[in-house]
Amino acid sequence: MPSSLVPIGLPPPAGGMNRRDFLRICTMAAAAVGLSGTAAAKIAEAVAQGRKPSVIWLSFQECTGCTESLLRTSHPALDELILDLVSLDYHEALMAPSGHLAERAREQAMRENDGKYILVVEGAIPTKDGGIYCKIGGRTALDLVTEAAQHAGAIISIGSCASFGGIPAADPDPTGAKGAPQVLEGKTVVTLPGCPANPYIFLGVALQYATFGTLPALDDLGRPLFAYGRTIHEHCPRRPHFDAGRFAVQFGDEGHRQGWCLYKLGCKGPQTYASCSVLHFGDVVNAWPIGIGHPCFGCTEQKLAFRVPLHDTAEIERPMPPDTYPAVAVEREGVSPVATGVAGLVGGALLGAGMMASRKLGLWPENGAESAGGAASAGKE
Amino acid sequence: MALDRRSLLKGAALTAAAATVGTAPAGARERRAAPADAVGLLYDTTRCIGCKACVVACKEANNMPPDTDGYGGGLYDAPEALNETTRNVIQLYQGEDETSFVKRQCMHCVDPGCVGACMLGALQKREYGIVTWDGSRCIGCRYCQVACPFNVPKFEWSKKAPKIVKCELCVHRLREGKEPACSEVCPRQAVIFGTRAELLAEAHRRLAGHPDRYVPKVYGEHELGGTQCLYLSHVPFEKLGFRFQHDEPVPEVQQTVQHGIYQGFAAPLALYAVLGAVMFRNRRNGAGETGPDSPDS
Repeated sequence: MPSSLVPIGLPPPAGGMNRRDFLRICTMAAAAVGLSGTAAAKIAEAVAQGRKPSVIWLSFQECTGCTESLLRTSHPALDELILDLVSLDYHEALMAPSGHLAERAREQAMRENDGKYILVVEGAIPTKDGGIYCKIGGRTALDLVTEAAQHAGAIISIGSCASFGGIPAADPDPTGAKGAPQVLEGKTVVTLPGCPANPYIFLGVALQYATFGTLPALDDLGRPLFAYGRTIHEHCPRRPHFDAGRFAVQFGDEGHRQGWCLYKLGCKGPQTYASCSVLHFGDVVNAWPIGIGHPCFGCTEQKLAFRVPLHDTAEIERPMPPDTYPAVAVEREGVSPVATGVAGLVGGALLGAGMMASRKLGLWPENGAESAGGAASAGKE
Repeated sequence: MALDRRSLLKGAALTAAAATVGTAPAGARERRAAPADAVGLLYDTTRCIGCKACVVACKEANNMPPDTDGYGGGLYDAPEALNETTRNVIQLYQGEDETSFVKRQCMHCVDPGCVGACMLGALQKREYGIVTWDGSRCIGCRYCQVACPFNVPKFEWSKKAPKIVKCELCVHRLREGKEPACSEVCPRQAVIFGTRAELLAEAHRRLAGHPDRYVPKVYGEHELGGTQCLYLSHVPFEKLGFRFQHDEPVPEVQQTVQHGIYQGFAAPLALYAVLGAVMFRNRRNGAGETGPDSPDS
């Protein structure tokens, strides 16, 4: 397998890759998105016939972290990806040309693959003051993304910034940063939030579109359900500690060193829909926040990431039973005859006291008056 | 005064006599058999691993909110027992040298105490012999709660229009051709669903196959007139919270007491006799006190 990076525009390394390696890569890519083995064969066939999807990758208000994470995939590796599986026609960080040449490459790719290319948006798009806060070749990001989206076959926004604004849109949001779905209203935008997004999710979506012309099932925020269908909490390797009530309460404390649940340190796992706990980043096992002992900060959730303080505890959306059991109900103790007697005496004493009090207040007919009255009437008769 | 006293004593004696008569059985109530289409559950403590999958599945199937008031400060759905948001719960018996899980849900008695106590027929054995609650007939008296020997029906104290909450054996799922959520999800078939006859046969098959493993009885075969949910246990049933081991169904006691008291209308007659005597006494006294010739007037 070729492993050295080759800039776009140069021929593939001598010898290229053999058929077996190639099929293996296609299988891995299919598996990443949850497609079957036959789908892998179809991907291989499509790619072998030269129907590699043209990808135009626009970068705006971003840190290039999503590209960086893409560079660190190993199945397939980036060189295999950009040389053999997709045709990455425009990507500012990865392409060899620059300046007018680069812009010309973009225009040419858009023209040649009109209605078929995959538009990838990385980074937020500033909208305040006419979008003047991010310009490439003298054109605003707003202008560029709107134009590219008009002719795109599929639109993928990679990372939290492109999906809902991310860090640039965090308070006080000086540039009016928006995600691609907000800018491109009315168009289907596959959002792959994450800081960074897991590159395998991107590969899966891109290759499914290239091979079958379809997009995976999406949730109401445009996120593919195969990757964003469940919360981190549901698949968390530390979940048994949560269920057993074992929590780290301070960084470096006994619980933290024992690898206990990070919920009380502010973990947003119970509210965060993402696949981090099952689909590792850059093939390094446990290279994600919870894996290295830091609470999940909810990067895939607009309502959490860069909005809710890092160590605020999250809501548990669907509480589940803990790892404890209620006891079989203990028989209630009966009331003893002595207790009943004492209670009766107390009650009687209260009643008596009440009667005496009301008599003193004159609310009760006096015995003496009654008998005197009776005697008087008798006398009258 | 002497007369009053006498009449009072007479009334008391009459009441006592009526009560004595009342305790005599007023005709034996016929022991009922399970309906022909009776379905139920068979729970086996030796198979249950306490995973609580049934608790979660029950909540989902019946759309019940979590009960976060107990253990864990709001993080968990941790009901202590059956309650207004919990129709099924797993409890733990921890004895000196033996432990056991026990699943709690409505037993769907063959002759249920709740049905016997329900004055308007809100609770009744309906299709498949399942005891279901009809809100349109319920007046909220909660007699069913008192009458149930298993402490099953729960009242929604937190609601303005409270309902009675209890396991209805997922009858809505049965109508769709599915089985109850708890038995469907159980990973060890610790709770299985079937007709009562099938379950009884299976329970006896297990008892015969492993007599060393179980307490030698199927709880619910005869207890309290029989129940449609049956239990096998390796721990004495008393320890699992099954308070009653006798065979008389609750309604038999209810009917004996009530029909006894009202037999020949004796108890009401006695009561009215006493009340009448008291009124008579008061009238006699009152004539002297508030007469027109009273010096106060």
